[in-house]
Amino acid sequence: MSNALLAKVANKFKRAEVPPIQPGDTVRVQVKIREGDKERLQAFEGTIIADNNSGVGRTITVRKISFGHGVERIFPVHAPVVDKIEIVRTGKVRRAKLYYLRNLRGKAARLKERQ
Amino acid sequence: MSPGILGKKIGMTQVFRPDGQVVPVTVLKAGPCVVVQRKTPTTDGYDAVQLGLVEHVKPQRINKPRTGHIKKANVEGVKYLREFTLGPGDDDLKPGDRVLVDQFQPKQKVDVIGISKGRGFAGLVKRHHFHGGPATHGSMFHRAPGSIGASSFPSRVFPGMRMAGRMGGGRVTVRNLEIVEVDAEDNLLVVKGAVPGPNGSYVVVRRSRK
Repeated sequence: MSNALLAKVANKFKRAEVPPIQPGDTVRVQVKIREGDKERLQAFEGTIIADNNSGVGRTITVRKISFGHGVERIFPVHAPVVDKIEIVRTGKVRRAKLYYLRNLRGKAARLKERQ
Repeated sequence: MSPGILGKKIGMTQVFRPDGQVVPVTVLKAGPCVVVQRKTPTTDGYDAVQLGLVEHVKPQRINKPRTGHIKKANVEGVKYLREFTLGPGDDDLKPGDRVLVDQFQPKQKVDVIGISKGRGFAGLVKRHHFHGGPATHGSMFHRAPGSIGASSFPSRVFPGMRMAGRMGGGRVTVRNLEIVEVDAEDNLLVVKGAVPGPNGSYVVVRRSRK
């Protein structure tokens, strides 16, 4: 997205502050869930294995192991349904896409903390 | 109310609705426009208004007949001129009147007219959505047209048979696009969906006829 006018339209829909998330980081994403007419937050905590696109269309893929099963969710970073993204732990990785983690489990799937 | 406005396609992006829904949008730089000529039934045989898109144009880039034409309306440099027919509910615009994006409100429906991207000499798969043949397994029929008719009867190819040829580069109208946002400060009109033509091309934005 190179055009300034295009960016002006899109920037209105971006969230004010996005934490400096990177692939390998463990994040807790608070998602707004509507139940009837009530709204509550649901947390999804896992490792970022991919950070795609830039601008308003930016998405992150978060992977976690839930009751022994790998679960991945793709979150649009600027979507209003995403209430908050918190960094729980940083991870030191040498790739932009961590799809190799899908084939690893347990001890092998650990990541070193970034300094 | 003006029946429409002229503009330029800036590009596409996406926005979020309050309920979280993603809307693909096209950003248009619409206007400022100026009324160059008013055509009336008595003088021209029909009721219309000719708008010009005000932009930075070098005077030597406009030929002399047009220079005289826009001088008559006493307006600045305009390169792109288009007519709109006037219907009931439209203002009686006079030459020199300005038409700005603030005449449009979100939720209104507009038609956008532009020149589609030229695809050159395109084959049947791209031009008419033929399925094509198998790519592998010894197939020798990939993107060819196949049979275009029977033999001794009728001994000719029927008119209108879909074949390869020039594609795109023609006038295309997309109707009933919803206005998502209006930015009067930068003359931006944000419409839902795609608009014909490459980025930077001229477009005509017309109020939809219900």
